[in-house]
Amino acid sequence: MKFRVERDALADAVTWAARSLSARPTIPVLAGLLLTVTDDQLSVSGFDLEASTEVDLEVAAAAAGQALVSGRLLADITRALPPHPVDVMVDGSRLTISCGSARFTLPTMPVEDYPRLPTMPTTAGTVDSAEFATAVAQVAIAAGRDDTLPMLTGVRLEIEGDHLTLAATDRYRLAVRELTWNPGDPSAEPAQVLVPARTLADAAKSLSNSESMTIALSSAGGTAEGIIGFSGSTHGRASRTTTRLLDATFPAYRSLLPTEWASTAEVVVAPLVEAVKRVALVADRNAPVRLEFADGSVALSAGGEDEGRAEEQLEVGYEGDPITTAFNPQFLLDGLGALSSGSARLLFTSSNKPVVLRPDASGAGSGDYTYLIMPVRLPG
Amino acid sequence: MGRSADIPRSAGDFDGDDAGCTLLHVDMDAFYASVEIRRRPELRGKPVVVGGSLRGVVAAASYEARRYGIRSAMSMGQALRLCPRLIVLPPDRAAYSAASAAVMAILRDVTPLVEPLSLDEAFLDVAGAVRLHGRPAAIAAGIRARVSEELALTCSVGVAPTKFVAKLASARCKPDGMLVIPAAEVLNFLNPLPVTVLWGVGARTAELLHRLGIRTVADLADTPLDTLRRAVGVAGAEQLHALAHGLDPRTVQPGEVEKSISADHTNPVDLTTEADVRRELLRLAEEVARRVRERGWVARTIGIKIRFADFRTITRVRTLPGWTDSTSTIYETATELYAGLGLDQPRIRLAGVKCENFRVAGEAPEQLTLDTLGAEDPGSSRPAADQVIDAARARFGTAAMGYGTLLPTALPTALPTTGQNDRATGD
Repeated sequence: MKFRVERDALADAVTWAARSLSARPTIPVLAGLLLTVTDDQLSVSGFDLEASTEVDLEVAAAAAGQALVSGRLLADITRALPPHPVDVMVDGSRLTISCGSARFTLPTMPVEDYPRLPTMPTTAGTVDSAEFATAVAQVAIAAGRDDTLPMLTGVRLEIEGDHLTLAATDRYRLAVRELTWNPGDPSAEPAQVLVPARTLADAAKSLSNSESMTIALSSAGGTAEGIIGFSGSTHGRASRTTTRLLDATFPAYRSLLPTEWASTAEVVVAPLVEAVKRVALVADRNAPVRLEFADGSVALSAGGEDEGRAEEQLEVGYEGDPITTAFNPQFLLDGLGALSSGSARLLFTSSNKPVVLRPDASGAGSGDYTYLIMPVRLPG
Repeated sequence: MGRSADIPRSAGDFDGDDAGCTLLHVDMDAFYASVEIRRRPELRGKPVVVGGSLRGVVAAASYEARRYGIRSAMSMGQALRLCPRLIVLPPDRAAYSAASAAVMAILRDVTPLVEPLSLDEAFLDVAGAVRLHGRPAAIAAGIRARVSEELALTCSVGVAPTKFVAKLASARCKPDGMLVIPAAEVLNFLNPLPVTVLWGVGARTAELLHRLGIRTVADLADTPLDTLRRAVGVAGAEQLHALAHGLDPRTVQPGEVEKSISADHTNPVDLTTEADVRRELLRLAEEVARRVRERGWVARTIGIKIRFADFRTITRVRTLPGWTDSTSTIYETATELYAGLGLDQPRIRLAGVKCENFRVAGEAPEQLTLDTLGAEDPGSSRPAADQVIDAARARFGTAAMGYGTLLPTALPTALPTTGQNDRATGD
């Protein structure tokens, strides 16, 4: 194997592919990135048995072949290379990288021991990559981080016609985002899968600069069952990533979304975020922040006799009977931050019922987003 | 400084032999409720409970309220059904802490050897205080008098040669009483009691003992130690045998109110299967949860301890988003922590479950979850089972009711074991 490649193209490709590598791989070869040269194309791939990444780029190839080298070392080296063309070649069990006057020699690992990457499932459709990345980020924030409850660590992805719905919950909040996409077959059967939230957010973010993004899903019983794939291309670089789906049942969340409201508050997001952060300073970790909405204002408070107390008053658009509710401040801040709009609506039914946050109806590009928070029931 | 003038008639009446009865168990009567009634005298004689809102639980009930069958940890809804004119007061932790500090200060005037068990309960070792303050019965009477005069609260005091007999004694003279169990009377006092009063006899041990025909402490005391060893293991047998003979080597450990409540158990045979470990964790979670509820507390940090056959020991803790006193929440958290260890074919010698990070029940904010949506009474459906079990056990003993999975595995299949399908086939 021998090729010459642009320094930046190589660094970008290696960095992207190295994302999927596990810090502590279960078998040593999984710490490697596989370099494959065929014709004038280099593929860089990584795999941790859950998620795979693969990126193709144009190179000037002198000899085809494969090599497996430490992914972290390769990523560190390519990022640090000077701005010159890079020559890469395999010599026996060594990989040599030359760039300007710098020269690196890395040991290779046996290619035969490297597991086969999962095959990309069949294409289901395409979606605007930037919008998809935003949507995934808005939803993944509500996913659970506790691996002992796997069904809550995923993002539910539902496709039906040209509707794509993402949802996640950790039992304390629920985020749902709907967007439109371009299904390959508009009359395809609706499908619902559960994708690990962290991997999905990572994949969506890393492909967010693509011209467009392809979502690949296998039909039940197909060759790549239990796998979802995402692909896109940027600057002539084709990137693919797959991840194993979670085999768990997602809660029936639609019935949890209230449909009627007792009252509504219209708030400007930034000052509310600032106020919540300030009053939360006196609260113990995860101790609640109280919000009392009355005509035209909200009074925020936190803490008590023992730990100190904070209060702040904000003007908001509020109509209806006064309502007092309390939240884990982080849950509230997560939701306000995910709205990506300057103002928001809070929809209430009663103190101990979920509160729904929505971006203001006039907010541009905010799409159809719902963030539901379960309140904290106050004593007494 | 003599305190003889303080000794009320009840102590004067006690002319038995209290020599050697140097352990006192002081237990405040309906503590939170009494503190509330003290500052609102118009509530005296009325059924009063302290606790959360309509959906909260009873943290403490006055004796008038208890006459309606109201108990600590009962849901407020149930309490109000039992007594519609019940007076419900919100908890005031600061007031109870202050009152508790005043009580403990009185106790520490007697001896520095005070071991608080909770805000309203403590053991005292008065062996060294006898020369200064008189005989144990007089000390107990003096404490009751000072608590009554200085704090306008009542307490009950058990006086006995050992901790566990003192605690049994205080429970039997409530409210506003004292009971001395002279050393010579300990066995007469213990003998007719059911074995479940003994420290360490839970549902499982009780069932094992019942199958040997051992129902009372006297039965247990008469059982040869070898027979007991075969039934409940070496360590358990020796402890039970000693307690049944009135022997309890535990000494008073002076300190602050407990920061954690834990239970652990060394298994006679190493646990090797997932099902056995889960059953053990359930048993321990149940024990810990019961003790948390007994104190009227809720906990937010749950931990497990696992000791392997090679004595390597690991612990894991998790802090929940909200407080709990529910057996099932504590159990689920414990099993999740255990599952998180990802053990492969472990040999487990000891398992333990711990709760810490306490608050007074009804005073803690509760993070609601989506799971509770749609439930008629959000958040209290599981604790309801705990309350039923606690109530049944308070009346009929520890073996009266419990989790089916904790029944002894050697149950004959002929016994009606409804709902124990996995169990019955395993025999």
